[in-house]
Amino acid sequence: MEGIARRWARRRPLSGTVLAWLIALPVLLPLLLVSASLFAAETEVWVHLREQVLAEVIINTLWLVAGVAVGTALLGTALAWLVATCEFPGRRFFAWALLLPMAVPAYVMAFVLIGQLEYAGPVQTALRAWWGEDAGLLPIRSRGGVMIALVLVLYPYVYLIARNAFTTQGARALEVARSLGLSPWAGFFRVALPLARPWIAAGVMLAMMETLADFGTVAAFNYETFTTAIYKAWYDLQSIEAAMQLSSILVVVVLLVLVLEQLSRRRTRYTGTGAGVPRRFPLRGWHRAVATGLCGLTLMLAFVIPAIQLLFWAAGNLGDLDHRYWGLAGRSVGLAGMTAMLAVTLGLLLAYATRRSTGLWATMGARVATVGYAVPGPVLAVGLSLPLIWVSGWLQAGADWMLGEDAIIIALQGTVLGLVAAYIGRFLAVAHNPVQANLMRVSHTLDDAARGMGLGPLGVISRVHFPLVRGGLLTGAILVFVDVMKEMPITLMLRPFGWETLALRIYEMTAEGHWERAALPAVALVLVGLIPVIMLTRRLDAPSGPSHKPLPQSAREAVHAA
Amino acid sequence: MSVRTTAFVAALTCLMALPPLSQSVFADDGEEVVVYSARQEHLIKPLFDRYEAETGVRVRYTTGDAGQLLQRIASEGRRTRADLLLTVDAGNLWQAADRDLLAPVESAMLEDNIPDHLRDPEGQWSGLSLRVRTMVYHPDRVDPEELSSYADLADERWEGRLCLRSSRKVYNQSLVAILIEEHGAERTEEIVRGWVDNLAADPFSSDTQVMEAILAGQCDVGLVNSYYYGRLLDQDSDLPLEIFWANQDENGVHVNISGGGVTRHAGNPEGARALLEWMSEQEAQAMMGRMNFEYPANPDVAPDPLVSSWGTFKQNDINVRQSGARQREAVMLMDRAGYR
Repeated sequence: MEGIARRWARRRPLSGTVLAWLIALPVLLPLLLVSASLFAAETEVWVHLREQVLAEVIINTLWLVAGVAVGTALLGTALAWLVATCEFPGRRFFAWALLLPMAVPAYVMAFVLIGQLEYAGPVQTALRAWWGEDAGLLPIRSRGGVMIALVLVLYPYVYLIARNAFTTQGARALEVARSLGLSPWAGFFRVALPLARPWIAAGVMLAMMETLADFGTVAAFNYETFTTAIYKAWYDLQSIEAAMQLSSILVVVVLLVLVLEQLSRRRTRYTGTGAGVPRRFPLRGWHRAVATGLCGLTLMLAFVIPAIQLLFWAAGNLGDLDHRYWGLAGRSVGLAGMTAMLAVTLGLLLAYATRRSTGLWATMGARVATVGYAVPGPVLAVGLSLPLIWVSGWLQAGADWMLGEDAIIIALQGTVLGLVAAYIGRFLAVAHNPVQANLMRVSHTLDDAARGMGLGPLGVISRVHFPLVRGGLLTGAILVFVDVMKEMPITLMLRPFGWETLALRIYEMTAEGHWERAALPAVALVLVGLIPVIMLTRRLDAPSGPSHKPLPQSAREAVHAA
Repeated sequence: MSVRTTAFVAALTCLMALPPLSQSVFADDGEEVVVYSARQEHLIKPLFDRYEAETGVRVRYTTGDAGQLLQRIASEGRRTRADLLLTVDAGNLWQAADRDLLAPVESAMLEDNIPDHLRDPEGQWSGLSLRVRTMVYHPDRVDPEELSSYADLADERWEGRLCLRSSRKVYNQSLVAILIEEHGAERTEEIVRGWVDNLAADPFSSDTQVMEAILAGQCDVGLVNSYYYGRLLDQDSDLPLEIFWANQDENGVHVNISGGGVTRHAGNPEGARALLEWMSEQEAQAMMGRMNFEYPANPDVAPDPLVSSWGTFKQNDINVRQSGARQREAVMLMDRAGYR
């Protein structure tokens, strides 16, 4: 018995590494195939891109990613802190309402903002009517405009993950800080914020990766980034090789950033200091007004005003609403739900894999598995369709051999299976980041203590780990769910015949500039996406706190001792 | 989430996923044509419904972006399910033929119905509807006497008065490709630079925005596809914008096509050809024109009355394949000229 246990212990690092790389497969395979084209350099297009396009798109992309990172970090963290640890009028409402913008696809936010604030839009027209020709606002179709659009829809990623961190951070650290004489303000900057850093970083990282992969928003603003350069190389300059070369550069850069970020906090441990929900700090006087005002203003800009605009447009096109919308909504929800569950499961496995094996290879495997989020969807879809076709070919050959003439026709490309595999390749990071951030806080001594209490490995997972990472799992599931609902290019390329989703309906309408007609499916998408988000977040916000099954008493003491 | 809710959601999603998983397993009886279409669903579905009703042949289709559909056909290779490819730009069709994705079709009917310059000389694809890219202006600020050719919009007197859509849009790439064909690369680059210098605002992401900018007074004249003008006019018959046919004193106004071709590895090439031929005939042509205010490619079919009211024009009869052949050159030229 002991022999087996020891052998198991010795094999652990390897099995974790293997697991991480196995999970990385749906991203690894396409990216490998895609970067194989690196060696098929096509000089004419490549030279053109280098001389005419690259410098501008790199500068544009850096500006955009930096702006979105700073914007989402500030806004998301501030809101999360207020809602998680302070008491002010409307807090309970804002706790879930601030997530609403997450259901608004970035490309929808883009066309709403442009529609409203463009020179020809209602706001500027009204301003000119009052003050004459000089009364123009700053142009919305600008670098700042793209940043605003993306920050408004991406801050919830930081907000959701950071709020989860602040609520589960444990009251004790803050109480200790206060008992040592720190003001709440200093307690935030010197204790809570440093403790929440990995969570905030996880959220900001998601927002940054989303920005790198975004196409719809920047296209609406006609703002050229690395992604538009990839599209340009591929579709306009008809060189898939150049497109893939650009993609592989993007992937390498993202991997570097991810590994650096990982290394920067390598020696830090973020184990929990008790799972109690901190008592909220009641705000007084003008602080209350500021808190409510900030939450309210964010919600207005990021959700209420766009929603009103969309409803207004949709009302003009109610004729499009027919029974098919049930199917559209059903398929969107089905795909999103299925992917969310699979992705969270894989994300958890991945988090375990890197918990057991901390070597460079395992870390790299986990990083590769999650890099798909920064890769534009079509690149991933093309890379994945090749292996799908091969596998179908092999299966088909087998079927032909067994059944002869009557052989069924197998084609995995264009099935839900292939579609979900591609989604997972793209969105695994979204599921993995919050789970990993939570699991990181479970100290290894807790495992040992629980084992010492006589719990088996499964018991440790179900009774100790699961309650502690539950918040992270839920967060990850919500994020993936909403992301899949909004996803467009992969669905467009890999879906089964005759399959349409709400996001595709929006694409069909916007592709030729029917913005008003895109409003109806956009409203439907937001509504359908919101219901599960609200249901789930209410549970997350439930007063019972993150753990619902009590730990063995001594295990709990062991946590505190750690 | 409790275990029971999780199980319920899991079961539900699996059920939803079932039909498409089994779709390929149960083969359908009767003839079937599979279409990959870059023409949008609401602009083709009525046609397919009509065809099914008339012939009993089932049309299955998937829609998508032209570039992505080409990629899909290429990567599916011999196993592609597509019989027919429909796209909305001559450049895309040329590219499909260039990448060896289409098979030549011999059809007397297509040759009769569709003019030569709207078809591939090798018969790999055929135009089905005509998209005219021309000028729209505000009559209060522009005298139609001032307007003439695409090249003239590069003249200084249009400084701060011109609005354009993004150079990323294939319609502009095709227009510039044809300009290169006619004027040569050097002169065309001058023209495009002139346009950029005359812009009143950064290029827009849609033709409709271009017209809205003219309406709002941001600029006086812009280049759009005529059916976008038709759509606005259809919503508001008092629209104070006018359309102008460009290059009438030269080779004629620039036309583009939506069209289609039979795929090289089609499982049902005969069925695909029959559908393509049917689409070039009176009834389908009239439907296509009516649905989107485009011009029928078949010259014997009259356009929608609203479209007819804009008068007749001379169209450029350079074979539209040139816009594909020169697309890459056009894109590079626009990049160099600073046209974003």
